[in-house]
Amino acid sequence: MKARITVTLKNGVLDPQGKAIEHALSGLGFDGVGQVRQGKVFDIELNGTDKAKAEADLKAMCDRLLANTVIENYAVEIA
Amino acid sequence: MKSAVVLLPGLNRDRDMIAALTKISGQAPATVWQTDTEIPDVDLIAIPGGFSFGDYLRCGAIAARMPVMRAVAEKAAKGVMVIGVCNGFQILVEAGLLPGALMRNASLKFVCRQVKLQIANANTMFTRRYQPGQIIRSPVAHHDGNYFADTETLARLEGEGQVVFRYAEGTNPNGSINDIAGIVNEKGNVLGLMPHPENLIEAAHGGSDGRALFEGALGIAA
Repeated sequence: MKARITVTLKNGVLDPQGKAIEHALSGLGFDGVGQVRQGKVFDIELNGTDKAKAEADLKAMCDRLLANTVIENYAVEIA
Repeated sequence: MKSAVVLLPGLNRDRDMIAALTKISGQAPATVWQTDTEIPDVDLIAIPGGFSFGDYLRCGAIAARMPVMRAVAEKAAKGVMVIGVCNGFQILVEAGLLPGALMRNASLKFVCRQVKLQIANANTMFTRRYQPGQIIRSPVAHHDGNYFADTETLARLEGEGQVVFRYAEGTNPNGSINDIAGIVNEKGNVLGLMPHPENLIEAAHGGSDGRALFEGALGIAA
């Protein structure tokens, strides 16, 4: 099984890196770029076929390590 | 008073912390490694600065999940003093021993300079040798020291006097919310701060403003 976890900053958390990217895009001449928020993607391969268990495990992985839930949200997708 | 220093791969201020504790307390601290599950009987545990595990994932994230940090949490729960400096502060918030998070500096630049700190609470075991509101100097050297906490947590920290050090006089080097440079936990026995007091403890450092922190914590006469 393959899974993808996307970690993004919560609303209201300042993202200086996203801001810098936003400015750089404008500098390259891309007009009409609104806000940019930077995040992370994890592609994870899992053994087993139990999708429900996989989802529960992936969420636990996010809560315990992959995301800092003080500042980040996460989304789990199983292919 | 006995102390211990936590060692993790990628830290680089461990020697400075060991030297400072040795000079101030008169005895070398015990050292504990990331895989150790027990910490000797000490009064103070220090987590030094650096770049544990290469700052992979998030600063301090991997270190916070090493076995030694469970032992640190157990000691902290028993009231043993814990101080985390710089990466040590990041490790403490990642381990959930302190609230909030440390984000990339607002300037996106690594800052390495001296700042001024205001003693925001002189009524803690770490700051009792300072005067309330006193301004001290301290070096900083970090890329991710931008303290953040949600509104509720921030109100609690401010209300309970858990903000211990604040960047003073417009010297906030990282965009930290409310100019926060260091905080303690609710019980007041766990301190995390971005500045490096261990690097300003004797004349050779150009000053000794950081010395009183360790003297206060270790109950050593100035």
